[in-house]
This record gives sequence, C-alpha cells and structure tokens, in this order.
Amino acid sequence: MAVNERIDKQDGLRIVTGSPIYTDDIASPDALVVKIMHSEHHYARIKKIDTQEALKMPGVACILTYKDIAAKPITRAGQTYPEPSPQDWKILDEYVRFKGDDVAIVAADTQRHAVEAMAKIEVEYEVLEPVLDFMEAEGNKAVVHQEEDCFAHFDFGFRPKENVAGSLKVNIGDYEKGLKESDVVITREYRTQATHPAMMEPLTAYTYLDHVGRLVVVASTQVPFHVRRQVATALNIPMHKVRVIKPRIGGGFGCKQTSGAEFYPSLVTLKTGRPAKIYFSRNEVFLAATRRHPFWFELTVGATKDGIIKCFDMKARSDAGAYGEHCWTVLEAGAEKCMALYNKVEGYRYDGKALYTNRVSSGAFRGYGKTQNTFAVECIVNELAEILNIDPVELRNRNIIREGEVLRIGHDHIYDAAVMRQDSCKLDYCLKRGAEMSNWKNSESGKTSSNKAEGTGLALSIQGSGIINLDSGGATLKLNSDGFFTLLIGSADMGTGCDTILAQMAADALEVPYESIVVNSADTDVSPYDDGSYASSTTYVTGTAVVKAAADMIKRLKEEVAKLWKLDLEEISYREGVFTGADNEIDLNHLSYELNSEQISVTRSHKCAKEAPPYKSGFAKVEVDLETGKIKVNEFNAVVDCGTPINPNLATVQTQGGVLQGIGMALFEEINYSQSGDELNDSFMTYKLPCKKEAPKINVEFADSYEPSGPFGAKSIGEVVINAAAPAVIHAIYKATGIWFRELPVTPEKMFKALKLKSNQE
Amino acid sequence: MQISMIINGQEKAFNVEPDEYLSDTLRSAGYKSIKRGCDKSSCGACTVLLEGKPILSCSYLSFRANGKKVTTLEGEREEAIKLGSLIIKEGGDQCGFCTPSLILTTIALKRENANPTEEDIKHYTNGNLCRCTGYVAQLNGIKKYLGVE
Repeated sequence: MAVNERIDKQDGLRIVTGSPIYTDDIASPDALVVKIMHSEHHYARIKKIDTQEALKMPGVACILTYKDIAAKPITRAGQTYPEPSPQDWKILDEYVRFKGDDVAIVAADTQRHAVEAMAKIEVEYEVLEPVLDFMEAEGNKAVVHQEEDCFAHFDFGFRPKENVAGSLKVNIGDYEKGLKESDVVITREYRTQATHPAMMEPLTAYTYLDHVGRLVVVASTQVPFHVRRQVATALNIPMHKVRVIKPRIGGGFGCKQTSGAEFYPSLVTLKTGRPAKIYFSRNEVFLAATRRHPFWFELTVGATKDGIIKCFDMKARSDAGAYGEHCWTVLEAGAEKCMALYNKVEGYRYDGKALYTNRVSSGAFRGYGKTQNTFAVECIVNELAEILNIDPVELRNRNIIREGEVLRIGHDHIYDAAVMRQDSCKLDYCLKRGAEMSNWKNSESGKTSSNKAEGTGLALSIQGSGIINLDSGGATLKLNSDGFFTLLIGSADMGTGCDTILAQMAADALEVPYESIVVNSADTDVSPYDDGSYASSTTYVTGTAVVKAAADMIKRLKEEVAKLWKLDLEEISYREGVFTGADNEIDLNHLSYELNSEQISVTRSHKCAKEAPPYKSGFAKVEVDLETGKIKVNEFNAVVDCGTPINPNLATVQTQGGVLQGIGMALFEEINYSQSGDELNDSFMTYKLPCKKEAPKINVEFADSYEPSGPFGAKSIGEVVINAAAPAVIHAIYKATGIWFRELPVTPEKMFKALKLKSNQE
Repeated sequence: MQISMIINGQEKAFNVEPDEYLSDTLRSAGYKSIKRGCDKSSCGACTVLLEGKPILSCSYLSFRANGKKVTTLEGEREEAIKLGSLIIKEGGDQCGFCTPSLILTTIALKRENANPTEEDIKHYTNGNLCRCTGYVAQLNGIKKYLGVE
C-alpha cells in the first residue's frame, strides 16, 4: 500500500541539493531580460510616452507601450472559462490604475541594460484623483474603470461606473423567524487586512519559440491551462500556437493562480522571435502581484439563552483593488459555509460587495474569502459564548454540523440534499480532541505573573474540496516498457506534494509498487486538461480522475491479455501486477513488451460532484506581555478532518504551514500606508513574516474520517488549515487580557494601547 | 573588474561590475542552488559560505569576495543529501525554494557549534524564512542531523 503512507516527496532530493529545477534556473542564458516600467501615480492617463532615446541605449531589443498593442480586455484570474471575474485588464493601457501598474515593457540583453534603458523613457501623465479607501469607493466620483470595453461574461453585479466589481446576496431559510426566536442578539464590526502570499519564489516566466514557431511559455503557475488561454487571448493568437510548461514551483498560495508574469516575455518573444524571461524582484511582487482581499464585516448573530444559534446576518465589503480578479468568487466562497457550520439556525443572510479602488489588485490567497469570513464568524461566536456565559466548546457542541446532516449553503436551491449531505464530518471529534490536547478545561487564563497573562482560545473552520459542477481534473496513464506507468496530470504541484500523492493513489489503484509510477506535470501539449491547483481540489478532484484512470487501465490490459491468450475477458484476473488465466500468468513487465505494437494509454477526467468539505478545529495558547504588549503564541493544536490523509507527513506539514500563515495574519502581517496613500512596507525587511523564533509548537492530529465520494476516502486539506488560526489567537488574547480585538493584525503597539486604555478605565 | 574566487575548492576568475552582487555573479556562473527571494538580505535564500561563514550573497558585492573561499550547496553535496534526507523524511521539503539555503546554514552551524541546543538552532537559522512549512518539520530534521534531543 502506498496510500496513507509517509512517502518521501518525489522531487525531494533534487530540492534539497539545490538543483536547477525552478523556472529561472532553467531559462536559457541567452534569454532577453524583460523589465516592467511601473506607474508612479495611483491613477493617471498617459498623455505622452517617448521611447526614442531609450531604444538607442545599448543592449535594448524592444520597448513596448500601449501604443504598440491593440489590447483586448481579459481577466488574469486563473479560473474556468467563462471566468466569473470582470474582463477589465489589458497588457498595456492608456490608463494606469494603481501605483505600480504597467506603463511600458522593456527587453534587453541584460538586466542592467534594461534598467538603464527604462530610465530614458519619458512619460507625461495626466494625474487623476484616485479612490484609495474601499469603504468610500461605491459611487465615488473617481471611477477606476471608465473605459467602455470592460465587460463581464455574465451578471455577477459588475457595475464599473459605480466602482462595484461584483456583488452577491444570499438568503437561506427564514432570518426574521430566527431573529424573533433569539433571546440575545449581538452585532459587531470586524476588519481583516491585506496580507501577502509571500511565496518564496517570486513571479517568473520564460518564453521561446519552438522548432515550428509556436510560443512556449515556461512559467511558475498553478494554472497552466488557464495561462494558455489567457496568453492566447491577450496576445490575439490562436490557442494552438501556445504551449505552457510548468516546472517546479517555489510556492504559490493563490498568488500564482493569477497570471502575473506570463504575458510580458510572451509579448517580447513574439515581437523579437527571441527567448525572453521575467523575474520579479521582491519589491515588484509587493508592488504588482495580488494579495488577500481586505474585508469589512458587519455581523449579527442571534441565539436563545440556552445557546442555540438562530440566525446570522452578514454585510461584507471587500477591496478588489484596480482589477477585479477573483473578487466575486472570493465573496461567494466567503458567503458559503462559514456560517453554515452552525446549521441549526432558522436563517442566514449575506450581502457582499467587492469594490474597485486604485490599489494593487487583490486576488486568490489560501482560504479564498473563507479565511476572512471565518475570522468574523468565529470571533462573534466566541463573543456570544461570553455573553451567554456558556463555555465556547459547549456552545459549539450545541450548534455545529454533524455527520449525516445537510450542509445549508448558497447552492441548496440548485443541488439536492444528497449532494449536500455530509457523509464524512468529524467536526465534533475535532472539537473534542482539540480541547483535550489543549487541556481546555484546566487551561490557565488571565494574569499568571506580574507582567504576563496567558489564555487559550479556539475556532473552527471549513473549506471546500473543489467547486461542484465546475472544477475538473484529468489523468492519463500510459503503460511503458518494463511495466512502469507514466502518470500525466495537468495539476500543478506548488510544493505541497500533489505529484507524490497522486502517484501514491495511482500505485495503490494499479496494485503496483510506488516506484513504478512516473509523474509528468504539467505541460499543456501532453497533460490532460485540468483546472489547475486551487480551490483545495487536487487531491479530491484530480485524485478521483487518477483512480478512475487506473481502473480503466486494468480493464484495458485485461482485454489485451484476453486477446493474447484467446480467452474471454471474464477468465482473466489481475492482482498486484500479474494477470492470470486458466493456465497462464504474465506480469506487467512481460506484458509491456508483448504490447509494444499496441501502446496502451487511458485518460479519465473527473468533475467535482459532491460537497465534501474538510473540517478543522484550532486551539491557540498565547502569552501576553502586559508591559510591552508583545504577544507570543506558545502552542497551537490543530485537529483536521481531511478524510483519509493520503500522505500523513505532507498533510501534517501543510497544516503546520497553514497555521503559521494564520498566526502571521493575526499578529504580524499588514501593509502600512503613508499619508499620500503609498505602501510603506514593500519588502521582506519591512513586511513582517513569522520567523522560526515566533513559530510555536504546532501539534497536528487527524480525525479518523472517510469520505465515500473521495479517492481512497480523501478530502482536501490545503486551505482549511489556515482559517481557524487568527480567530483562535484573538480568542486566546481575550482570555488572557479580557480585551476583544476586532481588527487584524494585533501588533504589540495595538495591544499596548489597548492595555493602557483598559487600565485607565479601571 | 577582474576578480578570482575559490569556489567549492576550485579557483575561478570572473569579470564583474563594481556594483554587482555575489548572488548574480554566482548564479550566472551556474550555481543555481543560490535563490533570489528578496534582494534585501531578509529571507536567507541566497546564502553562501564565505570563508566558512554564512553570508547573504544578494547584498554582498562580488569584488569583496576577491581571493576568498566561497562555498555553495553544490560544494556540499554529501552533507546536503544527509541533512536533506532527514528533512524530506519529515515532509519539510515542500516548495523547496528556501531549503538549499537552510541546509547550507545548518552545515555552517554544525562546524561552528558541536553541541547546539534547539534554541541555538532557531537563533542561527532564524534568518532563513520559509512560507510553506511552519518550520516544525524543518526543525525536526535539523535536530536529527545535529543529534539534538
């Protein structure tokens, strides 16, 4: 068996020896270096742009401005076509809509020459009044998208003239009835900030023309097939002229689910015929790559005095930034499920809007809206427990969704109860076990010494395992000489190890040793179509395609063996790499040589058809320094229901990484702005990522769970693990100090001020 | 300007610009274990050993290394496999972009401090940022390599 084993990641040895495996490592040394000239203004129209002098500079191969391109609006969001994101972005445009937006593309033989040439480009701007605060964006006289050609594929509330990039209303059950039945009703405002995915490898792409003149794009992307479509559309060339290859990726976390780098070298290669590459500096990643949508929430919850939650009402506003990539689906993801964890309610209401501003675009980031919404929902449930004077673990016990129950979310008018029924839901176990691990009943809270206070807090979370009727994955299996199999997949391993776990599944399903599976991912010329790696879907969706393909492969091989031995199909049996007939036996090795003239390969796809979310409980133990306001997470206990963990090692590390990202969001990470609205902390020197010394002990356990609709009982894990961390930390801070924070992050400065204010009031 | 460095035991000559950084010089020469993560000596991904001590090559001017011994992970293959395998066993390799630099830093720690504590490890490698793992698995692998309980 390979599934549920702690198998080493396939690329591990190449990774740890520092081998050249990432895009920039393998780019041709002859590639032109592409640099982008970024806007100096929040909002402006380019009145005049002069590249004459720049073009005369040494080493310059080409300089492109909006005048050189008849660009069509597209979205860079890596989503299934037709994308539910506004088509509002052009490679180069007359208007620049945020500080850092693209003004010109320069390609030269070296980075030095590109930068020197860029300095010679003269730009005259008509500076326009920007809108920087998303809470003031709707109906503002500063309209971010004035152009007439931006559009939406279908109606998701795209109203650019009012700066509304997308909107969503959800109404489930009878909210008014729930409100009437509530003894206690509380309303709170919450805010979450923009955080950076901060994957270690910046955005990068390398392009060249192949022997027949097709454009080859080698890119660090989570979505190779979407890149193929977007590059072809944006550059106005047929899709069959584009091939996208994904090498190893140095992290993504959603940032590489938006095409940020691919267009620029593609354009240069098409214009010059020469190989080209782009490698964002970290500063440029901060300047121009997408980050988590900041949110404002007004949330109301109603409950009976004995702790039955009856209703939720949520107003949500988010900052889409200058381009609306992912903005509506982030709203939609957030509107779903987070409130539905408490499924005894009479009704939920959600009213969300994503608003355009002259800021860098927000986009996909691990958790995708659920992170922000979970923060608000879990914080208010903890506040409710305090007001009702009911233990927060007990309050949840009375209200949470349990196995066999139906998940009530925005889609329940489309899908029947069978699709929404939770065949695997061990949330109650996650809660119970997390409380045990954290010694919840006896945990210290409040002041523990003259200058220290401690507290333990908790939160729950849920995510998806793919989007129903939309997310699809494919797998091709090919039998090779010597009896080994090639597994071709179109999903993109960002480092999570999905190549490895999909190979584990293939090995088990084919009953062969793990070593007999060779994975190739991803190359749009070779791989079967796959939406890519996002929405936590790879294990669940592409994994199912792998299992289906393996079953088909065995069937196909049995047919071949039956032909070979002139027997009926029913007379052939298969077990662990050996086919057996009445008097014969043949193993895969020998069969592969017998079949060399009949190359056997099968391809199967799977479309997500069931709502099979993973669940998690998170318990944070924090210590607050009452003199300095410094907050330290000492321990975090996470219990995850991801169905069968296909590779427990990789699932554990996924959880630990997600938890620390959540802690970063709770305590450290934020963008600070100057008075003129400029971003101040645009490097790793000033943007505070958690380091080793700030990382707590993160204990991870898995619930004994099996999802019947998933491959080998598996659900997803990638995103659910981040969501509970921030609200659990906030709860723990409250338990330590008696102070509720409703805005992230809680920096030592904010903590210190709050402690001062409290002691002044007392 | 002409400089020479002893890279992984071999003397090599380079023609560098006065404002050229060591990370760029070395990557151009094929030492791809050096990664460029932040360009501001904050993430550690560009770590090399200069005369045996870890430095951040993204902010170290190449000419300063003239005549000095530089070690990249390519020159420590054996130790990299040893420590790397322990990190892999913990599932701590993930995207791997930060792993080569972490391994090189740990090798330097081992040579500098024969009996480090867990706190020593955290302190010495605190500048090697990782966004995937939450550090726990990496630390477990390093502790096994260094024989720290």
